[in-house]
Amino acid sequence: MQPFTTVTGPGVVLDRDNIDTDQLIPARFMKRSRTEGYGDQLLRDLRFDEDGEPDPAFPLNRLAEPPVLMVAGKNFGCGSSREAAVYALVDHGIRVVVAASFADIFRGNAGKNGLLTIALGDAERARLVRFVERERASAELGRLTIDLETQTIAGEGLETIEFDIDAGLKRRLLLGLDELSETLEDEPMITAFETRHFAERPWVVPANR
Amino acid sequence: MRQTIVDKIWAAHEILAREGSSLLFVDRHLLHEGSHHAFDKIGAAGRKVRHPELTFGVADHYAPSSELRANAASATMIERLSANTARHGIGSFGLGDARRGIVHVAMPEQGLTLPGLVIVCGDSHTATHGAFGAFAFGIGASEVAHVLATQALWQKKPPAMRITVTGELPFGTTAKDLALHIIGRIGTGGATGHAVEYAGAAISALSMEGRMTLCNMTIEMGARSGIVPPDETTFAWLRGRPMAPKGAAFDRAVQSWKALRSDAGADYAREVVIDAGEVAPMVTWGTSPEQVAPVTGAVPEPAAGGDAEALDYMGLSGGESLSEIPIDRGFIGSCTNGRYSDLLAAARVLAGRRLAVPLLVSPGSSEVARQAEESGIAAIFRAAGAEWGMSGCSLCVGMNGDRVQAGERCASTSNRNFRGRQGPGARTHLMSPAMVAAAALSGRIADVRAMELAALPEAAESFEAARAGS
Ligand code: SF4
Repeated sequence: MQPFTTVTGPGVVLDRDNIDTDQLIPARFMKRSRTEGYGDQLLRDLRFDEDGEPDPAFPLNRLAEPPVLMVAGKNFGCGSSREAAVYALVDHGIRVVVAASFADIFRGNAGKNGLLTIALGDAERARLVRFVERERASAELGRLTIDLETQTIAGEGLETIEFDIDAGLKRRLLLGLDELSETLEDEPMITAFETRHFAERPWVVPANR
Repeated sequence: MRQTIVDKIWAAHEILAREGSSLLFVDRHLLHEGSHHAFDKIGAAGRKVRHPELTFGVADHYAPSSELRANAASATMIERLSANTARHGIGSFGLGDARRGIVHVAMPEQGLTLPGLVIVCGDSHTATHGAFGAFAFGIGASEVAHVLATQALWQKKPPAMRITVTGELPFGTTAKDLALHIIGRIGTGGATGHAVEYAGAAISALSMEGRMTLCNMTIEMGARSGIVPPDETTFAWLRGRPMAPKGAAFDRAVQSWKALRSDAGADYAREVVIDAGEVAPMVTWGTSPEQVAPVTGAVPEPAAGGDAEALDYMGLSGGESLSEIPIDRGFIGSCTNGRYSDLLAAARVLAGRRLAVPLLVSPGSSEVARQAEESGIAAIFRAAGAEWGMSGCSLCVGMNGDRVQAGERCASTSNRNFRGRQGPGARTHLMSPAMVAAAALSGRIADVRAMELAALPEAAESFEAARAGS
């Protein structure tokens, strides 16, 4: 996993609630392998019309430079557990999603792929939205700097926003650590647990396999 | 400390705790075609599957419901699952296997879902298995790889939420209507991240199939899991299932499962009480399951919560009566409503009548299909003019060859009315199986309570009674 320390770049606003993973990556595109990349299919059916022409009004299509941060409403990433929704965002260059709230599974998937998810209260989120919208209207794209170590989002003319993050996740993101290799160090404990568990609950191993 | 049922299952599966998270042992790991990313991950690292005997695969998402709509790309996904599971010594139900079906229908049917287990699957509707008193939840591909390699998963304990449903469900309403009613009340974020526990007389009265429908839809409230503590209904349903314990081993298991209930006075971060008597047949009008109303209601005006973007996508305007909306097709199936009792409820409406619009039925599993053929209800669907498809996820998700065309309106028993879920531009109205049958007969959304129901041949009804009560 790519370590996450500081990221700088423009933002984009998708001011809707319930952006589900079917929208982030429609099911018909999920046959790809990871190496083929998912970035071009991010929000495919919102960005492009039926003939594959980009919708000029859609926020992601109006930017000269791909954004690093996306701001959205409530319940971001709800629906299917497909991790490809995170791949699509990350492959498109987005490293941070700010929302009023996130769906559970999406948030877990994000953390495992170096995508930072930040839940903000309405007032702070509105400040961020105003910053991004105002900067988009100006000639030069305004840049945001997201610093994981200090847990801040900063930008010129933006009152710095602080955010919360789980301590374990922060450590893994900063170091680009993968959870699985860490867990493998705990293997003896898993083995000891299993011996006890199978003895107490013999039905755990199915009959007639 | 007074514990909830989830606390008890959690404690029995905690291998270790660190940084506020617990490493939980996983008793059942279920796979489908979408698992290819996870196999690639462990393959790249040269890792082995730790417990192939606790891991089960099944082809469902990409399984075609008709040979006519089968395609090469979907076949590749199914072959990949077979190859990956075979390489690691994992049992998997592929095309042609009589045990095959949608993962959340087939695995309980085979007796793989048991009370008190921790069950995970790379699919959000894994919550379905909570109907048996299991702690079951969906995970992503990285977590699937983690479970394959370690048979364990890092989790933070979700806050507990209790939904108590008092009273009795009125005539013509089902667990699906109850689920949609609750989502309408608390919203798609109403249970975000919570472990939901169901309680109350209306829940105890539900059949196992109804409990599965309800736990399945719990994910649409934003919950991590849904659970119904096991009782005699649960034990009766499980007895004799192919892979459940047998004889004395089963009885010993039941003794232990009886302890799986929340202590009186256990703490819940959220409590909701619902009166089942208020539930009516429900229909969604928008692009989120929370955009729902009783069939006797109307599409809300944008000013009254009628989300203008959703109405635009759905081609509806505020004020329209739900029961006047014409539909183009119907779909009965999915892990929410593809079980025998669902098909039976629809057959009671369809018997002796002819459809006004096309209806696709995809039984939740090959076993459900077999039972329906045997009891004669498959014949009722065919006589009405429905297409009787093969089992799989089918029209619940546009990825296996089945699709609703852009602009078409579909009355569907599935669980998500998201934009494009049934195909780009498709318009989905979620409802119960009997309501879909009523809509497909009328050519518009219709109140099933106004329709006369057929008494079905003894074989069909008693088949159900025999199964439910055995
Ligand atoms: S039937 Fe639908 S919701 Fe259920 S597992 Fe298949 S795609 Fe998912």
